[in-house]
Amino acid sequence: MRQRFQDIDYLGVVLWLLRTGIIILVIWGSVATIIQNPYSSKTWMDFIVFGVAQGSLYALIAIGYTLVYGVLFMINFAHSEFFMSGIFTATILLANPMKASGFLDSHPFVGLGLITITAIIVSVAIALLTERVAYRPLRKAPRLVPLITAIGASFFWQYFFRGLFGSEVKPFPQIEGLIGKIPFLGTEILINQVVVIVVAIIMLIGLYIFVMKTKIGKSIRAVAEDKDTAALMGIDVDRAISITFAMGAAMAGIAGVLYAMVFRQVHFFMGFIPGIKAFTAAVLGGIGSIPGAAVGGFFLGMFESVGPSLFLQGLGIPAPHQLKDVIAFTMLVLVLIFRPQGILGERLAEKKA
Amino acid sequence: MREKQNTLKILLKSGLLSGVIALSVSMIGMVGLFSQRDMIAGVLTLGQLLLFASPAAFAYLEAVKISKDDWRKGLLAGLFIGVLSAIPLIILVIISTLVNLRQYFVSVSDTLIQILTFNQDVFLGSILLILVMAFVGLIAAGMRYMPIKYRHPIFQGLIWTFGVSLFSEVLSERVRSFFGSFITKIMFKSRATQPLFAIVLFVFIAGITYWQQGHKSSIKDFIDNQPPKKKRQYQLIFLGIGILILIILPLILGTYLSEVINNVGLYILMGLGLNIVVGFAGLLDLGYVAFFAIGAYTMAVLTSEGALGISAFSFWAALPFCVAASVSAGILLGIPVLRMRGDYLAIVTLGFGEIIRIMANSDLLKPFIGGAQGILQIPKPSIGNIVLFKPGQLYYVILIGVLIAAYISWRLRDSRLGRQWMAMREDEDVAEAMGINLVNTKLLAFAIGAGFSGLSGAIFASKLTSIFPHSFNLLISINVLSLIIVGGLGSIPGVVVGAAILVGLPELLREFKEYRLLMYGGLLIVMMLAKPEGFWPSTIQKRELHAFQESTSGNDT
Repeated sequence: MRQRFQDIDYLGVVLWLLRTGIIILVIWGSVATIIQNPYSSKTWMDFIVFGVAQGSLYALIAIGYTLVYGVLFMINFAHSEFFMSGIFTATILLANPMKASGFLDSHPFVGLGLITITAIIVSVAIALLTERVAYRPLRKAPRLVPLITAIGASFFWQYFFRGLFGSEVKPFPQIEGLIGKIPFLGTEILINQVVVIVVAIIMLIGLYIFVMKTKIGKSIRAVAEDKDTAALMGIDVDRAISITFAMGAAMAGIAGVLYAMVFRQVHFFMGFIPGIKAFTAAVLGGIGSIPGAAVGGFFLGMFESVGPSLFLQGLGIPAPHQLKDVIAFTMLVLVLIFRPQGILGERLAEKKA
Repeated sequence: MREKQNTLKILLKSGLLSGVIALSVSMIGMVGLFSQRDMIAGVLTLGQLLLFASPAAFAYLEAVKISKDDWRKGLLAGLFIGVLSAIPLIILVIISTLVNLRQYFVSVSDTLIQILTFNQDVFLGSILLILVMAFVGLIAAGMRYMPIKYRHPIFQGLIWTFGVSLFSEVLSERVRSFFGSFITKIMFKSRATQPLFAIVLFVFIAGITYWQQGHKSSIKDFIDNQPPKKKRQYQLIFLGIGILILIILPLILGTYLSEVINNVGLYILMGLGLNIVVGFAGLLDLGYVAFFAIGAYTMAVLTSEGALGISAFSFWAALPFCVAASVSAGILLGIPVLRMRGDYLAIVTLGFGEIIRIMANSDLLKPFIGGAQGILQIPKPSIGNIVLFKPGQLYYVILIGVLIAAYISWRLRDSRLGRQWMAMREDEDVAEAMGINLVNTKLLAFAIGAGFSGLSGAIFASKLTSIFPHSFNLLISINVLSLIIVGGLGSIPGVVVGAAILVGLPELLREFKEYRLLMYGGLLIVMMLAKPEGFWPSTIQKRELHAFQESTSGNDT
């Protein structure tokens, strides 16, 4: 008997209690909400569509974190600034002047294409510059050192762009043809949300194919596996890493345009919150894995959008939408307790971290 | 021939790079804003200094690469880089005459263009700019060909002169309070140094450095050469002097600087705590601000005289509760993350930090801790009937806290527990196999680290007399992490150095306004590139890094 008590892993018990507690709370909250039924089914649909749209933005940004982490094992804190820089520049130099001259209204898709290309170019340029100056010289330094230069680069670019374009919130023009709603499964959804979701899914699939099928993608995966061996096999490691950064930044640039289309404003600090969320999504899905980033992004977006109303409303908590980030992070903790390697991650974390 | 082309290419590249940097500095508005800020009254403004810093630096660096005897080539390179640096700026000036750039780039104002063209028209101004830049490049490259005997004192003199000019405002206030306004007027003019004083300072510093070169032996060497018994005596004497300086510091520094030192002190306290978690135990914690917040809120709730406070406690009586609350929070938050490693731990702790802040901000806890309105009317600490309301008095509270925390972490470092932490940092699996109880060891690291942070938060609350959730954002966690790494991970004096650089310096450079964080970011990158091991690395880490460098350089050959 005594022996059996000693075998009990107290930590396991505590974690088990924690899980059960949270799950009971979630079920209780959901049931109570469903009984009270505060929202119509149309509202729930809006929550879900918004969640998917938000989630696809997170997924696109999370790709950048996950690619860089897969190759360099570093958290690229400056990634949120790659996201911000592209769309901020494109809005000020292109979108608003084009709107003022009427070009954007007469040729909405040409205009949007130009904006996207500019955003991608700027984001990629900033990413390559950052990699060259702040990360490459430190590739062999202790692991926390590039983390600090990444934080430094993040501050630097934020305030660089603030100095360049000013500190006010700038409007992003409305684009003709993307206003309004379309009918979908008995309700209506906003066209720009549909565009966000469709573009994000196409980009994610395209990127996945690129990484899995092309020669460049193969070289990136080889470098992620083992830099020294990859170099011996004739792969230019520096180039592969630069391409990794460029790909991540291009995704962030596109995400920036989509973000601006949905929220219709840009700001020098706009990258911070989506950046943290996207990183959370990347970890949630299993950092280092591209499908993981996508799944994590969609999960996080859904939880944030549906969670407060579903879990918290029923518990009688005032203003539950203030707590959407709490739900997001609690989900993260829960998932990581259950599966320390994330939803789709391999057991690579144990080995490398 | 080939080599010549190569050199030309490199020079072209760095010349244009330097030009682009000068252009960026101008376009983000630093040159324009700081052209009003004199460094040396009537002679040099900070804006000009920033503008010419990049050609000067690049010209010098390129000249260093060229062989020492070939001084003609070196000077030519400097000249070339100077001219090239001017080109992007001239393009900016020309474009600005054609298009109204102001509508896109908020900082490209008429003032900036006037500065760049020296108040002349575009053509004359451009030529002037080229000439001045070329001159700067030439001088900088010329420095390289000066014997090191003279070069070193000149650099020292320049650094000191610019430093004193930069901090003129603070320094002049101090000088006034000690020596009266007459001497201050000789030395400083509004926020700049007087030209004459600048020259005197430069000559003085250069002279001293020049003289010192002959007398290399430092105090440390002197002590090291003493017999052991005497060595100990000397060490005690220096310790005594150090403590004396710490005690009278607020009297020397005055109100404003004491306030700065207090902020640095609070960050040192947090840094010492995080240093245990990250530096000793190797657990990357990005949500460290949570414990700071818990300490602060506990203090606020227990002592506040406002509607939300219990107000039955004095500062000193509440202090143990604040530390206890943080320690228990550290253990509670530590339990779920015990099995996570590396960066998973980082993001989860970051999540915890955000959860605490959002909860404090939410309507859910508003009846207890005030939501976004925060908690007001927290009393300052008092001893007997004396309320410690001046920064110079609060300084002693913080000093005692820092000394206790430093002593604890110093003693812990070499204790059994400290060695367990370090074993765990190096390899968790091996440490566990060696019989180290990972659960207890990790939780103790979290708990002690959280305790220091809670202490810091408690003092913070009582120092500000009111707290709001937005004071506890992610940036504080990031700041604390940065300062321990910049100081040198795992090193106790490193925490002090890191806090002084990353908290004290930005605090003193308040007049840089929105460019403060830009420079902070740049500084972080430059410091890490220059000193990846930190400014005051612990001996173990220094040794490791050197061993690592030797092994990699061995691989290259």
